[in-house]
Amino acid sequence: MKRLALTPIQAFFLLVAAMGVLVLAVEASGNGYFQTFTALMLVNVMLAVSLTMTNGFTGMFSLGHPAFMTMGAYVAVLFTYPVGRKGFAMPALPEVIAQIHLPLPVAALVGGLFAALMGWLIGRLVVHLQTHYLAVATLGLIIVVQTFALNLDGFTRGGRGLTGIPREATLALIGVSTVLVIVLCWRIKHASLGRAMLAVRENEMAARCFGIDAFRLKITAFVLGAGIAGFCGALLPHVVSVMSPKSFGLILAFNLIAIIVVGGQGSILGAVIAAVFISLGSESLRMVEESTGVYGVTQVIVAVALISFLLVRPKGLFGLKEPFIRTS
Amino acid sequence: MSQLHVRKLSKMFGGVQALSDVDFSVEKGDLVGLIGPNGAGKTTAFNVVTGVMAATSGGVEFEGTDVTHFSPERRARLGMTRTFQNIRLFDDMTVRQNVMAGAHARAGRSLLHCVFGLPGHRAAEQRIRDIADRMLERTGLTELATRNASELSYGDRRRVEIARALAGAPTLLLLDEPAAGMTDTEKGRLSKLVSSLNEDGLTIVLVEHNVRMIAALCKRLVVLNKGELLTSGAVDEVLRMPEVKTVYLGRRRTEVV
Repeated sequence: MKRLALTPIQAFFLLVAAMGVLVLAVEASGNGYFQTFTALMLVNVMLAVSLTMTNGFTGMFSLGHPAFMTMGAYVAVLFTYPVGRKGFAMPALPEVIAQIHLPLPVAALVGGLFAALMGWLIGRLVVHLQTHYLAVATLGLIIVVQTFALNLDGFTRGGRGLTGIPREATLALIGVSTVLVIVLCWRIKHASLGRAMLAVRENEMAARCFGIDAFRLKITAFVLGAGIAGFCGALLPHVVSVMSPKSFGLILAFNLIAIIVVGGQGSILGAVIAAVFISLGSESLRMVEESTGVYGVTQVIVAVALISFLLVRPKGLFGLKEPFIRTS
Repeated sequence: MSQLHVRKLSKMFGGVQALSDVDFSVEKGDLVGLIGPNGAGKTTAFNVVTGVMAATSGGVEFEGTDVTHFSPERRARLGMTRTFQNIRLFDDMTVRQNVMAGAHARAGRSLLHCVFGLPGHRAAEQRIRDIADRMLERTGLTELATRNASELSYGDRRRVEIARALAGAPTLLLLDEPAAGMTDTEKGRLSKLVSSLNEDGLTIVLVEHNVRMIAALCKRLVVLNKGELLTSGAVDEVLRMPEVKTVYLGRRRTEVV
């Protein structure tokens, strides 16, 4: 039997078709629960794919995604919150911005760009840190950003959180974004840029010895990851209509790491598959939790899955590889 | 003007003087053997010359530029690439990908080109692939191109490292014990490759223990002992010097005794 192997172009059309069917079917179902779940799952896919680029391609160990999501989310909400209620909810907002209302796709891009800019500023300081030092630094970043969000209550309403954020994140918007993020990361991985990043991951000093600027590539991967995280963070409050400083925190950072470890650090398809399965799994477990009253089972099971993979199959499902797709 | 000029180069590791005031030069088109007993400082010299380690004092000049404080990547882009004594391949990548990564610095590095497939991107990618395929052919690795680097034999892995170093279009190639762990047949092929590269005008410096190979291959020798320069000069002259025999071949003489 011949092994299934699509060309990248065929895989792209398959992805577009699958996404189209999923979005249309879920929209047509008219079921709000399915719609929200699908939206959250697709955002998880984007987050996982971008983290597998930042961490998996270059060998860095950043936990910073939730920090950049928080930044992106609050910046985007500044532009999408109903103008009439901004004076009440965000009294510190300058009049100029208070008058502006942007459609979500634009606001989310602004949020993503802001997160990317912050990623560049922070990345210049931290990406030279090796492995767990970077993990600790980015862990700290999550806390710092949450504290800022909590205390900048003139913009964020602090711990009370913002409610009534317009549910403008349509499934179509999220579906298209997901395809774009996957294509972006795929193109990078299979270009010279991606090979150079992988070289840095495999052996940084050897890579530098034939002219690869490791620092620059790490910054590139970190900033792109931060930008995509910021964009995803901007979409989420427009799915669930609320946002608080604690929305994106340590547990999310941990879950994302679990997803990319299970998928295989550096495998885009692995990240997609793992994100879908872990989203489905934790959602069904959540229902079990609610019916049995035993809360926290989901987190335990995700953690156990992570530990089992690290013990039995440390390279995850696919390692660096992209299964089912022919690559040179 | 020499292509590589090392002056008064010293390297301390804590209290250990790994190199002290070493001077030597390499002329364009030369094929120089860097020899000396274990612990003489040969690999340290390579590391300091290529920027893997910072010099404690002294300097390195490459093609008229003082590169003493340059990063390894900057030196590599000026045309200085190397292999490693303990092979450092990218094991999760195929042989071709390893060599293509070696050519990365020669491509346009624009992120936007890559993401949006702007004009020139495809051509640049094809150029890198062509460079890699030429280097694979040159080093006799074409048939192994799609294999994972980790699956290869020791000797083949050494050759992949050379192909990868060549892909960066160096004008000076530093080979750290390229024949270590090779079979005699592989050593013969390696010698042929090295001398043909040199005939094409590439300057080569190699660290090697095998005296027969060095005598057959190199034009000049630089001898280190305990971190100091013992002597340098034409191969037959240097190998005839009694002090070289004592330090470098000393072990063998005691064996005879």
